Parts: sequence; C-alpha cells; structure tokens
Amino acid sequence: MSETALRPILRPILRHTLVAGAALALFSAILLVAGKNPLQAAADSFRSMASVYGFSELLVRMTPLILTAVAVALPSRLGLINVGGEGQLYMGAWMATAGALWFPPLPRWAMLPLVAAMGFLGGALWAAIPGILRAAKLVNETIATLLLNYVAPLIVSYSIFGPWKALGSSAYPESPAYPDAALLPTFFETRVHGGLILALLALLAYWLLVDKTRWGLQMRAIGGNAEAAQRLGIPVAMFLVAALALGGGMAGLAGMGEAMGVHGRLRQGLSPGFGFTGFLIAWLAGGRPLGILFMAFLFAIITAAGDTLQITQGLPFSVVNILLAMILFIVLARRPGASR
Amino acid sequence: MLTVRRVSKRYGSVLANDGIDLTLNAGEVHALLGENGAGKSTLSKIIYGYTRPDAGEILLGGEPARLRSPRDARALGIGMVFQNFMLIPALSVLENVALFLKDLPLVLDQEGIAGRIRAIGGRFGLQVDPHALVRQLSVGDRQKVEILKLLLAEARILIFDEPTKVLAPHEVEGLFQVFAALKAEGYAILFITHKLREVVACADRITVLRQGRVAGGFGPGEAQVGTLVKMMFGESGGEAPAATAPVGGGTRPILELRGASARGAGSETTLQGLNLTIHEGEVLGLAGVSGSGQKELGDLILGLRPLTGGSRWFRGEDASSWSIARLRERGVAFVPEDALAMAAVPGMSVRENLSLGTGAVYRRGLAVDWRALEAAMGASFEALAFPMPPLDSPIAALSGGNLQRVVIAREMAHGPSLIIALYPTRGLDARSAASVRDLLRRARDGGAGVLFISEDLEELAEMSDRLLVLFQGALVGEFPRGSWRLEDVGRLMTGSEEVAGV
Amino acid sequence: MMTPLALGVLAGAVLSGTSLLYATLGETLVERSGIVNLGLEGVLLMGASVGFSVTAVTGNPWIGLAAAALTGGLANALFGWLVVLRKANQLASGLAMMFFGFGLSALVGAPHVGAVIVGLPKWRPAWLAALPWVSASTLFNYDLLTWLALPVALLVWWVLFKTRWGLGVRAVGESPGAAYASGRNPAVLQFQALGFGGVLAGLAGAHLSLSLTLTWAEYMTAGRGFIAIALVIFSKWNPLRAVAGALLFGGAEALQLQLQARGSLISPFILDMMPYVLTLLVLLAWGGSRRLAAPAGLGRTFFGSE
Repeated sequence: MSETALRPILRPILRHTLVAGAALALFSAILLVAGKNPLQAAADSFRSMASVYGFSELLVRMTPLILTAVAVALPSRLGLINVGGEGQLYMGAWMATAGALWFPPLPRWAMLPLVAAMGFLGGALWAAIPGILRAAKLVNETIATLLLNYVAPLIVSYSIFGPWKALGSSAYPESPAYPDAALLPTFFETRVHGGLILALLALLAYWLLVDKTRWGLQMRAIGGNAEAAQRLGIPVAMFLVAALALGGGMAGLAGMGEAMGVHGRLRQGLSPGFGFTGFLIAWLAGGRPLGILFMAFLFAIITAAGDTLQITQGLPFSVVNILLAMILFIVLARRPGASR
Repeated sequence: MLTVRRVSKRYGSVLANDGIDLTLNAGEVHALLGENGAGKSTLSKIIYGYTRPDAGEILLGGEPARLRSPRDARALGIGMVFQNFMLIPALSVLENVALFLKDLPLVLDQEGIAGRIRAIGGRFGLQVDPHALVRQLSVGDRQKVEILKLLLAEARILIFDEPTKVLAPHEVEGLFQVFAALKAEGYAILFITHKLREVVACADRITVLRQGRVAGGFGPGEAQVGTLVKMMFGESGGEAPAATAPVGGGTRPILELRGASARGAGSETTLQGLNLTIHEGEVLGLAGVSGSGQKELGDLILGLRPLTGGSRWFRGEDASSWSIARLRERGVAFVPEDALAMAAVPGMSVRENLSLGTGAVYRRGLAVDWRALEAAMGASFEALAFPMPPLDSPIAALSGGNLQRVVIAREMAHGPSLIIALYPTRGLDARSAASVRDLLRRARDGGAGVLFISEDLEELAEMSDRLLVLFQGALVGEFPRGSWRLEDVGRLMTGSEEVAGV
Repeated sequence: MMTPLALGVLAGAVLSGTSLLYATLGETLVERSGIVNLGLEGVLLMGASVGFSVTAVTGNPWIGLAAAALTGGLANALFGWLVVLRKANQLASGLAMMFFGFGLSALVGAPHVGAVIVGLPKWRPAWLAALPWVSASTLFNYDLLTWLALPVALLVWWVLFKTRWGLGVRAVGESPGAAYASGRNPAVLQFQALGFGGVLAGLAGAHLSLSLTLTWAEYMTAGRGFIAIALVIFSKWNPLRAVAGALLFGGAEALQLQLQARGSLISPFILDMMPYVLTLLVLLAWGGSRRLAAPAGLGRTFFGSE
C-alpha cells in the first residue's frame, strides 16, 4: 500500500486509540477514587481475555451486539430511530421459544431454521407496530419503540411465570429447557454458538442491501429527503415499515441466539441492555458495517473486563458502564454539531 | 433620521453593495426598489446590524451608530419585519410580543400587555386578538403581530423586507394604510420591494438599486413608472419577450380532473369539486395568492395527494388510483421551485440523484444499470444544451441554477407528456428564470401539456395559453390568452368578484 | 366508605407517584426548553444512590436529600455540557447518561448495600388522622417530599407560564432562533432548565431510597425514568396534568402490589405494562395533533425526520 493510501486509514485508528486512551484514563481515575488499583484491574482483565476460552467469551458477547447494532443501523439509513432493540430482542426470544416448545419434535436441520425464523419474526412484528404507526404518521417511532421496550420483557416474564413455567425449577423462574434440536450448535468446547454465524451473515446482508441494491438506494433516498423520495414515486410508507421490521428481526435473532445458544431456555434478564448498547454501537460506527464489527468487539472487551473486575476487585459489574459512558462522552463531546 | 453613507459590502467575488448613500427621514415611507440580486437585502441586513459593511457608515440622528448585532439595532430603535416571521406559532400573540418587550417584568403582566397591544393595534390599524395563538392566524395577521412587536419594543425606524410577497391585494391595501398611520406619527419606514406599482402607490421617496449601486433616487411625486423601469433594468430593459402563440390544433386532453376533491389537513387548503383539463401542446397557467391550493392541486395531479371525491383521467384512462410511480412512468414530470427540498436528495451524488424517480427503466437484477442511465441522462443534458456536472460530485455542492438544471434534465429525459411546474422560476436570477420559461415553451411546442403555477402575473401573462384562477381551493376564472387584465384576475384571486368564464 | 383495597391503592398511588411526579416535573422543564434527556433513569439512580450513601455515612437523611438534589443538578449539567455546548446528539447522549448512571450509582452504593438508615421522617396532621378511614391506612402519613409534591407542581406550572423566565424557556423550546432574536441566550436558558430539572430528578431518586424503601439496590428505579418520560408526553408537557398522570401511573403500580398481596390471579406483569400501553394508546388517540402539543424544538432530535 502506498504512503498516501495509508494515511487516511491511519488517522481514524489514531483517533480511536486516543479516545480509548482518554476514556481509560478517566475510568482509572474513578477507580482510584474508589480505592481500587486500576493497573491491577487492567492486568486481571487482560489475563482473563488472553486465553482461547477468554477470546471465545468475547465472541459470545459480540454476537448479540452485532445484531442489535444492525437493528438500529438499517432503519437509520431511512432516517428512522429505533431505540427498541431491547423489546425486539425479547420478543424474538419469546417467539423462538414458542416455536421450540409448541412445534412437534423435528430433526435439528428443520428445527433450527424454524426457530431462527420465529425469532426473526418475533422481533420483526414487534418493530412493525411502531413502523406502521410511524408510516401512518400517528406516533413517532422513537417514542413508540422506546415504550414497547418495556412491554416485551413483561410479556416474557408473564409467560415464564405462567403458561411456560418450568415445573420443579430452581429459584430462577424460567421456561422448560428447549429440545436439543432447537439449540444452536456450539464450537470447540467454547460457548461460541451458531448465532455468531447468523450475526456475521446479517451484517453482510445489511451491507449488501444498503450499498449494492436498488432498494438500498431508495432507502438512502428516503433518509436523505423523504419528501423528494415520495415525489419521485418511491413508496415511502412501505419502506418505513419494512426497514423497521427488518431491523427488529435482526434484534429478534439476537434474542433467539441468547435463548437458544447461551441459556438453553427462556429466562428473565435475557438482555443486560443489549438493545441500548446496540444503539450506541451503531451510532458510534456511523452505521458502517466494519465499524459495527469493530465497536461490537470493543464493547465485548469492556463488558468482559467488567465481569473480571467483579470477581477480582469486588466491584459491581455495573461499574464497567462508567467506562462505556466515558468513551461515549468523549466521542460525543468531540463531534461538534454532528447529528444522528 | 438615519443616513447611510458610502456603504459597501463584498461577498467573495460579488460586490453586493457599492458605495451606497441613502437617507431615511421621519414621517416618510422610503422605498428601496430593485430587482432580485440588486443588493437590497444586503443593505437592509447592514442597517439592521446583521452584517457589517466593509466600508462606509450608518449615521443615526447625525451621529455614527455602532451596529454590531441586531441587539444594538433594536436598542437604537431600528426594527425589521422579515419575510419569514420570527414568530412562535405555539404561543399566543401576547406571549410573542412579550418576548420582545424591553421592560418585561419578572412576573408577566398579561392583562397589561394585552391592553397595550389593543391600544397600539387600534391606533395603527393592526387589530389582532392578543390571546389568539399565532398558528391560528392568517399570514396577514401574523405580519401585524410582527409589526406590533416592533412598535411595542419602541422602534422608530421600521424596515420592511418584501412585506407584500405573502399578502393578498386587499391585505396590501391594509398594509399601506398602516404605513400611512405610522407615517403620520413620525415613524420612518424603509420599504424594500421589487414591485413597481406598490412603490408608486405608497412611497414618498424612492431609491433604485441596480447591481449593488444606487441607480437613482426620487423625491415625493417625482417618480414615473417608465423611468423607474429603465433604472431598475438598465437600457436593455426588462421587457418580457414577445409571447409566442401556441401550436395550433392538438387539443387532445392529457389530464382531466372531474369534480376532483382533496381534503386538506391543518393549514392545507381543501380542494372542492375541481374540473380542469390540460391539453397537449398547451401551457395552462394557474394564478392565485399563496395558500389558495396551488400546491395541493399540483400534488393532486402528481398522485401525491389522494382524491377524496371525483376522478382523475390521464389520456382517457381513469387514473384516479394510480400511484406516483405509475404516473411518472406514463410520462408525468415535476419541476419544483426548490429542487433541493423537493426533488433531490442532498446526501447523494449527482449520479444517484439522476437514478431516482426513473422507475423500472434502469433496473438490472437487484442493482441499477448505471451505464444505461448515464447514457440516457447524458443525451438529455445534450438535448437541453445544459452542461452536465461531474456525476460523482455531491449534489448539494451545485449552485441553485445548476441543481435546477440537473432536475430538469432528469425530468425531461423520457419525453414527458405532462409537466407540472410549481413556481419553477422562484428564487432564480433573471437569466435562469428566462431559460426555464423557454424550456417549458419548447416542451409545449413538442406536444407536451404544461401546468404552469406561478404567483407572478406578468410571468403568467407571458406563458399561459389559457389562464385559470384558483381561490380557496376552487377554480373561479378561466381566460384564453390575451383576454384578461391584471386587475380582473387580481380581484378574482382575492375573491372580490364573482366566478367568471368557468 | 372506601374499601380497604381502594384506600390501599390510593395511598400507594400517592407514595409511589411522588418520585414519579418529581421526575416528570424535572423532565417537563427540560423538554420545554427543547431538550430530551433519555438518561433520566441514570439521573434518578444517581440521586437514589448518593442520597442513600450520604445518609448512611452521616446518619442524617436531610443531608442525604440535599446531596441527591445536588447530584441530580450536576448530572443534568454534564448532560447539558454535551448537548448544548458540544451540540452532541441528544438520544445518544441520553443513553450514555443512562449507562453512566447505572455505573456510578452502583459504585457509590456498593459499600452501603444492606445498610440500615434513618429515612425521611413522616408525619400526619392530627385532624386528618382522626378520620376513621384515614387512620387505618398510610394515607396522609407523608414525608416532606410528598407533602410538597403538589405545591412544587403548581410552582413549576406557574414559573413556566406566568413568569418572564418561563416564557423565555418555552420560547427556546419552540424556536431558539426567535429566542435569540429577542435578545436571550438560548444556551443559558437551557442550562438553567436542566439545572432545576436535575435537582427535581435528584429529589425523585432520593425519595425512592430514603422514603419509599429504605434500601439501595442496583437498578432499583426499575424503569421509572422511562415511565416519567412517557408521563411527560402523556401529560402534554403540562405540570398540572402530570399530577393526574403520576397518580394514575403510581396507582397502577400500587394496584399491582395490593392485588399480589391479596393473592389475586391478575398477573402483576400485565399491570406493570399499563403505563407504557396507556401512553402509547393516548399518543394514538392524539394522532397527528400530538405534534401541536410538543415543544417544536424537540422535533429535531426526538422526532427525527418527521
């Protein structure tokens, strides 16, 4: 690669590194104030991630994040703001559970696609509601997706405590375990599951759709100037609903992945904020696919560090949210006047 | 009272104001006359403190005035009524006025302020209900609130920037009466406009600007329309080109509306039972004050607005439920006033913009057949004798005129049979405007039907083979070429005359 | 006269609605100035956590309350720095604040989990306690924040609609350009609104840990911040309507608790959904006219490309 081609790649990397560095510095300061040793914390985290298993855990964390980020990024091409990733994720898990528990036993090659389709459908339908409301100009999708975020986990809880209550289960309310056929395969003795493949495929599909197809062009036209797009004959309403539904479906797949790939059953607390984190990832990445991949990985590292901190330093896991927030604050403060 | 002395201002390569001298006296209406681009708004911005001149000074009562910002101007008693009002629709008249009062107490004295509004309103003919919400008011009433704001903020010098642009003829009369009342109480009024007739009707003193310089000035009673025109346009004159007669024959209808109605929501105008026909090879002009329903009618024909009654026919087929895409496919094109707002997507390149709205023509599987598109568009640019901008440049980087040309090239690429032109020359300089009109005439000569919507009666006179008048969503007049006078149409536009000829 | 259930619900509605009302009033002020703080949840948590921790350390709930109020104000000031001065995206900044609140509140509260504190004192006027149906319940046995809830709502309403400052804030929320043209500094007004709003949010959070429950637990606000945001819309950005809405939403929660205590079969989760579903239905009912009620300045960020 020539000199001049290297510089445009070097500059953003430098910028990102500076941001990360500044955020880490601030976070370390806070740790110090709390009486903890930031260097020790860093060493512990690094050590736990350095193994193969440690790295695989990062992939496990990344999987839902990629999907929830696409769930935000896709509709954002049309100017839609989807903050409902949480809810769409839960509904995806819910629908997938319904598929796994209600359908007659099927071999894995049939069950998995079915369950995945149900997961996608759950999220898609949940997002289609705000989509239709927005297309009909009744309710703005930011508010609608936000409100529905809190209804979905309640539906899941209701189901777990009610019709799907696993008999004789432990202290945690949960659904019965899924039949083996419905579980996503894991790889090499780690917890990395088939959902990762789905996530990467989804990311690829997103990139192809938006950049390479006719539909992507029309979506970007709507995002750029919805009135002009409509005047030029683009069926805006249809695209709005479709984009939100597609995005919701992605988040639904994330839910399905967590349920079928990680937990093996439907539980409360399936998502420690994956939906919101996905929004931030998509926003930081500017909707760009490679950026989403990179950011998801970064966030995975941070949350993994949080787990380590809890064990080795006795800090509540939630403290790692401070580091996340610091990164965001710095990025937000640096971009003067950038919107969306 | 206020003197402008040798003020100059340069914007890049353009000398917007070049050594301008002007005097505003109390109790006088001073008109600042000039074509678009003559430098009027630059000068007004300088007087109001929005921008600072490169050279020259402003004297107030003989003393040099420090005008660093609009705040300074207001403190010195200079007030400006902008074209786009600085009003907050969701708040009441009283609250809007209160916002700008100089001595507003900590706790709002609503009744007191309401009383002052009514008092001043009565004195100068600016009556409005202080408790009404601004968004419920008509444009004319909103202008009154703007003026009230200035008066209650103790401005003595009032600048009006194109105030009659948004008013109906009878409202213009009302405004001139307000001027007279203000004049009588010693206020100084600077009236910026390009409309000759108004200036002659109400101005005491006139300064004509042309290309940034003072082309001439007149005292009370000295001005004459003819001299003014020559000063505004120079010797080569602003004569409208000779109106060309329509191509004979070819009276097949392209578009018909039969009893068409469309409900308007909120501030939109409802269209009631319209009957309208656009023929091949004709330019159908549509006149009306803003807000009569022109945009709604254009949108109805384009398919953007659904019919709530009646029917729409395209070349003899019932097109009432056709989608926008289908209409475009069948040859309906749209030339808007503000291309960037209505017909182009700012974030995209020229190439991508050219591909929009072309339907299924350039499809290749899931993607776009760029080569075929570029070839076809290139041919269109050539046929129109427009230079084609580099296809990869972002469309937002183009100038207004170039952008309009890109949109037109795209619209004309497939030989449309019906062109809806919605204020197509608004905001364009004289040469671009003439070029657009010329283009539309050529399209007509080629057999297309053109719906030409404009607010400029002179332009309509030049272009229309037939003229329709729209008032409050209904057609109130129809005139073949050459059979009408400005005054008749003007009266119909404001509903002060019975329906004629429809 | 009133059944024990109804009394219980009413009493619970007021208790539960107090923090909701304060949070809503705070966010109403902020949104009236044209800013949306999606991170309200985080601010509430910070208020609850700091309030509890400071009380545990000093043994004085009033100091804790003051600390919580201060924290809320500072948190909103930080948000203001991002959104007003750095012109950052409001939604992303709000979510960042939420995460920040999660983390900081956990950090501050961790050493004090399980601590036993003296909460805000409650009292009830004797003449009310004498009434038969009152003495049996917790009705009118309130702490200072609850007693002041209604007056504070009235104050916020009065300030917004009857004072010069309130007019300026509303003007900024509708049209910063017009506010600027009138000689005001929109940024200053927004910061002021954020400051007062933050104090109210801090108080709302403190009420949870210093009065409603005398504990601290991570995420204890359980979505109240988002309910408050919904409530701001539900009450059309009007502080007086917020009172009714807070009672309603607080009542839903109280009803759920009462029904559970009585072994009712109605799922608590369905009731928990009520605030959100109700708000959505109300928004639907308003249809497109909702836009007329919202401060126009919210349009750009909250309402995206609408």
